[in-house]
Amino acid sequence: MRAGSGVRVTGKASGRGRWRLAAVTSAVALAGLLGLSIQPVQAADPVKVGILHSLSGTMAISEAPIKEVVLMAIDEINAAGGVLGRKVEPVIEDPASDWPLFAEKAKKLLQEDKVATVFGCWTSVSRKSVLPVFEQNNGLLFYPVQYEGEECSKNVIYTGATINQQATPAVDYLMSSEGGNKKRFYLIGTDYVYPRTTNKILRLYLQKKGVKEADIQEEYTPFHHQDYQTIVGKIKSFCAGGDVAVINTINGDSNVPFFKELANQGVTADSCPSISFSFAEVELQTLDVKPLAGHLASWNYYMSLKTPQNIKWIKSYKEWCAKHNIADKQCVTDDPMMHAYIHVHLWAKAVEKAGSTDVDKVLKALEGLEVDSPVGKYKVDEKNHHTWKPVYIGKIKADGQFDIVTKTNQWVAPEPWSDLTYPGRACDWSGDGKGSFDMVDGKRAWLSDKK
Amino acid sequence: MWTTCLVLLFSWLAAGALGVRHTDAAVPHALVMDLATPAKQREALMQLRDLPDPALGGVLQALKEGALYLWQEETLLILNDAGTLIDLDNKPLLDSAGQPLMPTERLEQVELAQAHMPLVQRALEALELLASEPAKRKAIALRWGNLQDVTLIPTLEKAQAQEIELAVKAVMAETVQKLRLLDPSPQTRQQAIAFFGATRAESALSRLKDLREKEQDPQVHAAITQAVQRIEGYLQMRNAVAYLFNGLSLASILLIMSLGLAITFGLMGIINMAHGEMLMLGSYTAYVVQEFFATHFSGHADTYFLIALPLSLLDVGGVGLLLERALLRFLYGRPLESLLVTWGIGLVLQQGARLYFGDQTSVNSPTWLRGGWEMMPGLILPYSRLFIIGLSLVCLVVIYWLLYRSNTGLKLRAVMQNRDMASCMGISARKVDTLTFALGTALAGLAGCALSLIGTVDPEVGKTYIVDSFMVVVLGGVGKLLGTVLASFGVGMSNKILEPAIGGTAAAVYAKVGILVLVILFLQLKPTGLFPAKERLSAGTVR
Repeated sequence: MRAGSGVRVTGKASGRGRWRLAAVTSAVALAGLLGLSIQPVQAADPVKVGILHSLSGTMAISEAPIKEVVLMAIDEINAAGGVLGRKVEPVIEDPASDWPLFAEKAKKLLQEDKVATVFGCWTSVSRKSVLPVFEQNNGLLFYPVQYEGEECSKNVIYTGATINQQATPAVDYLMSSEGGNKKRFYLIGTDYVYPRTTNKILRLYLQKKGVKEADIQEEYTPFHHQDYQTIVGKIKSFCAGGDVAVINTINGDSNVPFFKELANQGVTADSCPSISFSFAEVELQTLDVKPLAGHLASWNYYMSLKTPQNIKWIKSYKEWCAKHNIADKQCVTDDPMMHAYIHVHLWAKAVEKAGSTDVDKVLKALEGLEVDSPVGKYKVDEKNHHTWKPVYIGKIKADGQFDIVTKTNQWVAPEPWSDLTYPGRACDWSGDGKGSFDMVDGKRAWLSDKK
Repeated sequence: MWTTCLVLLFSWLAAGALGVRHTDAAVPHALVMDLATPAKQREALMQLRDLPDPALGGVLQALKEGALYLWQEETLLILNDAGTLIDLDNKPLLDSAGQPLMPTERLEQVELAQAHMPLVQRALEALELLASEPAKRKAIALRWGNLQDVTLIPTLEKAQAQEIELAVKAVMAETVQKLRLLDPSPQTRQQAIAFFGATRAESALSRLKDLREKEQDPQVHAAITQAVQRIEGYLQMRNAVAYLFNGLSLASILLIMSLGLAITFGLMGIINMAHGEMLMLGSYTAYVVQEFFATHFSGHADTYFLIALPLSLLDVGGVGLLLERALLRFLYGRPLESLLVTWGIGLVLQQGARLYFGDQTSVNSPTWLRGGWEMMPGLILPYSRLFIIGLSLVCLVVIYWLLYRSNTGLKLRAVMQNRDMASCMGISARKVDTLTFALGTALAGLAGCALSLIGTVDPEVGKTYIVDSFMVVVLGGVGKLLGTVLASFGVGMSNKILEPAIGGTAAAVYAKVGILVLVILFLQLKPTGLFPAKERLSAGTVR
């Protein structure tokens, strides 16, 4: 597709693989001859990495931009000489928002293409679908999206936020004087694992902070739900009592009717603000933002952050968009994109450190590894395969960007197992660690041993 | 009138001035110095809260953000967004050469004690309460109502006295009364309680219930109980009205989305699985017209909907015409094939929309359809829903007239009841078929356009409509317009009564399940729906 970057999209396995490989290497060689790359072309085979994001179907809106930043990061790495003196060659698969297809494509990437690592997945269900494939084949997956936790695979590096890096800081903010001293909460979400788990933990968290049972309402709607009349009516009555915030984990297109109904029934961000965890700048570009303005969101990154690194990153992404015919309106960056971008660099840095692309050696090298990101340094936890990061609360502006209202003073440590639902449970893959464990009589009881 | 405008203009200017931290009014230097003295800070802040001074907005904001500095222990300076120090009269601090000066010594940040933070917040809010746009004033009045701090009453009363917006004034009055509920004197409390009993304000309900538990005075206790009863009585009545409206709104949505199907499936007997996609095309028409107006006539963006509505009727009707001419007319009398073909067409249209428009496009309601009509306190009927109720009624009347009162309708019904006989009478059955199908799809297009006001516009949106549409038509009795009307009314109402009745965390889902169970039971008893077509007549409709 793009000779300069040596990218190819694989379709069905064909007998012409060798020809294609030859074509790619000659394209790379040609690029070298033309002076597009300063580094001498290596005779060594390129290192293949997989990209497993939906480029069609319902998730394409969110996942397609992620593919772009991953390619951009690979380009940057290749421009700087690749890893271990070898080029990095992306193999793109499109699982088409079809969860079982994720597993098939992952199997293909690991077994046929023998990729060194995979950058991929968005929804929790797609991650759960590929998890056994990565564990059986000892592959490596970098997962860029915030999720519900309660998972800690040896074969996955989770760069997105855990619940304590997004949801609980949001509650802290709402309960602070800055956030309006909220004392009553309406939890509304789509009916699947992420909102259910998040709300289970949030309910316990709120109760720990002294919120009464009667002051927490919980409600779920199915995917693609359109009719929020009754629910908004209920929220409105609940809000009339004062000190209420809505915690929104509705996913995807249902947010449109929900926020339209809120605005039409006169529930404003001033009287009854909502905070959302599932839509960022990319999704906002395609929505009618006016009814949402003033409501809040919690993320680890915003495009509007004014750090020198972020300004530079946005500039290079804008150039990338111009080169690849992406409309300027759609050329925005957001939290999962930022995580997807830095995890490519994390992997490259770990490969250099390990001196090998072997999964076990790379995983070892990743422990405690730090990398520069658009929001400053990022760090992989020494033990649990998650990352340390700052948390920002932002207010949605009418142009689909965020006004940052607060940030945590320092990195928030990742907690894949919440202390509220699983007291004492943690995860350790360092040394001879075997993943998640409970503390029993002061000793670690590994979950994997129980099975 | 002019004075009102002037006051508004002035308050607007003052609000703008606060934002950029500069003001022309004189600054009371003594009071400002107190702010910078730890021992006097609290006193000064309280004074500012009770007697808001617009000239000090910038200083307070700077104090809150840690941008207020004391230089040489006598001059207060503010560090502005550009990074230069300015004095309280907004003049930059300059050195002898006339360049901005940034002293490195004897420049100290004015500390704000953590305990004083809420006071600064209140003082800033007090300023906004007096001079900013009405929505802000209302929001602050609402917020203060929940603070349970009686010392705020004097400031609020002052603001209330000079308030010009009636709606904001009412909120301020309510807030004052809410705070008076905490007054030590039983008389004052009783007065406040009586106020809420009279206004039946929902916002005071939880506060009153809390108070009831703590109240010692038996007289006041009785007053609270009475007020709570009054408010709850009002709420029950209001909720009943709300349920009724919700049911009516859902019924109108169901009606408008199944009217087209009532014609294509009900009258013609074509199982049109692409009906949902016809709705989707209508929604996309609204989207395309909106985008066109946004780029070419951005000044008249609000009128796009008036163009989109008739256009959706025409272009989706055109698609229907094309479909019937090109495909469906070959499949009359073969219901299974036409089912599969229309299903396939639906899939093609879905993927086509996805390729061309992408996922998640959204239609912005025109401003005159945003917001709603406050029918009674706490109950707002959204204009968009009222519009859809109106539109579905208009459609119904037009269709009724067309089918049962016009010459075309007579021919149409003649063809549907007995096509051979109708042909013998000189009616062109082919032409009637085509036009009827086009009419059905055109109605679907119109419905899609209208529903984009409250729902999403995406390639799969048809899926959410098709099941409900078929349910309504089948329940009503295939071929009967009155049946479709009654079925949508019944389903809409029972759904909206079931939903709050079920409660729990997934009421919306269970209400839907409940409705489907009811429909199944009903169809067990009356398999041909509410208004079954008569046997002898239906013999002609099966082709």
